[in-house]
Amino acid sequence: MLRKSLTIALTTTALTATAAWAEDVTLTIESWRNDDLTLWQDKIIPAFEAKHPGIKVKFTPSAPAEYNAVLNSKLDAGSAGDLITCRPFDASLALFEAGHLADLDDMEAMNNFSDVAKSAWQTDDGSASFCVPMASVIHGFIYNADAFAELGIDAPETEAEFFAALDKIREDGTYIPMAMGTNDQWEAATMGYNNIGPNYWKGEEGRRALIAGEQKLTDEAWTAPYATLAKWAPYLGDGYEAQTYPDSQNLFTLGRAAIYPAGSWEISGFNTQADFQMGAFKPPVQNAGDTCYISDHTDIGIGMNAATDHPEAAKTFLAWVGSPEFASIFGNALPGFFPLSKEPVELADPLAKEFVSWRGECESTIRSTYQILSRGTPNLENETWGASVAAIKGTASPEELGAKLQDGLASWYAPQQ
Amino acid sequence: MTKPRVRWHIAVFLAPAVLIYSAVMIFPLFNTLRLALYSRVDQERIFTGLDNFRTLFFDPIWAEQFWNALGNNFWFFLVHMLVQNPIGIALAAILSHPRLRFAALYRSAIFIPTILSFVIIGFAWKLILSPIWGIAPSMLDAVGLKSLFAPWLGKEEYALTTLALISVWQFVGIPMMLIYAALLSIPEEILEAGEIDGITGLAAFWKIKLPLILPSIGIISILTFVGNFNAFDLIYASQGALAGPDYSTDILGTFMYRTFFGFQLQLGDPHMGSAIAGAMFAIILVGVCIYLFGIQTRMRRYQL
Repeated sequence: MLRKSLTIALTTTALTATAAWAEDVTLTIESWRNDDLTLWQDKIIPAFEAKHPGIKVKFTPSAPAEYNAVLNSKLDAGSAGDLITCRPFDASLALFEAGHLADLDDMEAMNNFSDVAKSAWQTDDGSASFCVPMASVIHGFIYNADAFAELGIDAPETEAEFFAALDKIREDGTYIPMAMGTNDQWEAATMGYNNIGPNYWKGEEGRRALIAGEQKLTDEAWTAPYATLAKWAPYLGDGYEAQTYPDSQNLFTLGRAAIYPAGSWEISGFNTQADFQMGAFKPPVQNAGDTCYISDHTDIGIGMNAATDHPEAAKTFLAWVGSPEFASIFGNALPGFFPLSKEPVELADPLAKEFVSWRGECESTIRSTYQILSRGTPNLENETWGASVAAIKGTASPEELGAKLQDGLASWYAPQQ
Repeated sequence: MTKPRVRWHIAVFLAPAVLIYSAVMIFPLFNTLRLALYSRVDQERIFTGLDNFRTLFFDPIWAEQFWNALGNNFWFFLVHMLVQNPIGIALAAILSHPRLRFAALYRSAIFIPTILSFVIIGFAWKLILSPIWGIAPSMLDAVGLKSLFAPWLGKEEYALTTLALISVWQFVGIPMMLIYAALLSIPEEILEAGEIDGITGLAAFWKIKLPLILPSIGIISILTFVGNFNAFDLIYASQGALAGPDYSTDILGTFMYRTFFGFQLQLGDPHMGSAIAGAMFAIILVGVCIYLFGIQTRMRRYQL
C-alpha cells in the first residue's frame, strides 16, 4: 500500500515536472537488421516524424545472431524497446504466448495484408495476429544476361527448357552452368528445394495439406523436387561439395557462373558487385501454361511490446508501417525485400521489379517447413537441409529421403501419425 | 598448555582462488547438472529426474545423434593420439639435438599456430582447401597430382579426418614444447654414462630418453583427451552448427551447442543441452580416472 501511494506520488511529481515537454514520446525499436541502420535513420524515421510531431523514434539494432537471445533477456528484465521487430513463426509466437507481444488484431492497418502475409505472425488457429508484416523475400533464379545473350539462350519457362539451357552452357564451357554449393547446406534446401518445390506441391494447397496431415512427405509431390535436385549435380561447379555460400555469390558476380539459384535478398548486393546485365526467371514449371507457384516468404514483421509505456504512440507507428507510404520507402530502399501490403508498390530497381511481378502471375506460398512443422525433434527444417544436400550428391534416393523425413515428422507431429 | 594458534593466513590466502573458482567453475558445473534433471512443459519448469538422459540414450532419434557424435569424437581423439603426439615427440627429439641450427626459429614457427584463434585457422584452411580459390588444388596440379585432390571438407568420408588433421597442425606445438622441456631436463651425465656403455644415437633415445619422458607423454595424452572431448570451435567455425556434410563432423561439443542454444528454426532446449553436457562431463571424468588410477600409478618413475 505504502509502495503504491509512493509510486503515485512520484508519478504525479514526475508528470508536473515534465508537463512542459511531456508530449514528446520516444519509441525505441528492437531489431536484428543492423545493416539497415542508415536506412532507418535517414529515410524511414524522418518520414514518420515529419507526419507525426510529438513522437520520436529510435532504431536500436543488435547483431543478427544474438538478437533472439538479447531480446528475450531484455523482455524478461523489462528493458526492451516499445516496438519489436519480429522473426517469422515460432520465435515470435513464443514471445506472444509468453505475453511479451500485444495482440494487434483490432488494428485497421492489418486489413492491408493478405492471409499468407499474416500467417507468419498468427497463432496456429489464426485467431490472433501480433506483428505487422513488413517484408518478404521471393525465390527464383538470377542469370547473367550477357552470358545468355552470348550463347543465344532465352530465360527458360519450363523444366525441359531449363535443363536444355544448362546443357548448352555446359557444352560451351565458358561458364559454370549454375553457382551453388552444398557445404553450408541451407542453400540446397532454401534456394533448391523450397525454390522449385512449390510448383510440385501446388503452393499453399500442398503446404496446408501437409500441416493438416492430409499429405505425406513420401507423396510424389514432396519427393519429386528431390529427384529434380538430383539432376542439378552435373551442372554445379567442380568440387561443389565444399563450395560455400559466399563462394557461390562470388562465382556468380565475378561472371564465372551463368545461373544463380537465388533469393531476392541478393539483389542489392549483386547490383553493386556484378558488372554485367542480370535478369531473373521464376522456378520453371513442368509444362508450358501450368499455374506457377512461387515462394514469397514472409521474413520481417514488427510488433508492440505488451509492456510499453506508450501503447497509443506505438500503435500509431505500426499503423504507419502498414501504410503504402512506408511500403514504398522500404521497398525502394531495400530492393529484394518486398513489402507485403495488398496494394502493389512501384519499385525502381529492374531486377526487383521482375521478381515482384511474379506475384501477379503466380500463386504465392511460403517455405514449407517454417510454419508449425519445425517445432519438434527432429527439426524438419534442419532435416530438409541434409536431405536436399543428399539428393544433389546422390547419396540417397528421393523415396528414401521422403521416408526418412516422414518418419521424423510423424515421430512427434500428431496429425501425421 | 597453549592452544594451537589459528592460522588465519591460510584461509586468507586461499580465499580469492577458492571463491573465484567456485563462482565461475564449481557452481555453474553443478547448476548445469541440476538443469539436466528438469524439463520445460507449457512454460513451466518441472522436475523429471533422469528422463532427459533416458531420452538421450534410448530414444532412437536422440541416441543415433549422440552415438554418432561420440563415435566421431573418438575418431577425432584417435587421429590426435596417432598423429599429433608422435609428431610432437619426434619434433622435440630433433629440436633438442645439440647440433641443430636455427632451433629457436623452428620452435617458434611450429608453436605459433597454437596461439592463433580457431576462427582464423578455420577460415584459412577452408580457403586453402577450397576447390575454387584454394591453393591446394593448384599446388597438387603443379606436381602432377591433381587427380588426388577432392573437396575434402565437403565429403562425408573425409571431412572429419581433414578437420582432425587441421587441428593436429594447429596444436602439434604443445606436445612438442612439453616433451622438449622434459628432454632438456635429462642430465648430461646419464647420457654420457650410457655412451660409455655403448648406447648412442637412436638407441639412446629409445632406451634412456623415452622412459624418462613417459610421465610427460602421459600428461600430454590426458590433455589431448580432455581437449578433444571438449572441442567445438574448429568444427563450428568451419562447418557450422549442423556439422555437415550430413552430421559427419558432428562431435559432442557441436551437438550440445545445437541442442542447448537452438539453431535456425530449432528452438534451444537448455535441459536436453545440459543432459548432453552432463554426459560429456561423465565421459571426461571416466577417461581421466582411468588414466589417474589405471596408468599413472603404475608408471615407473626414475630419480634423476
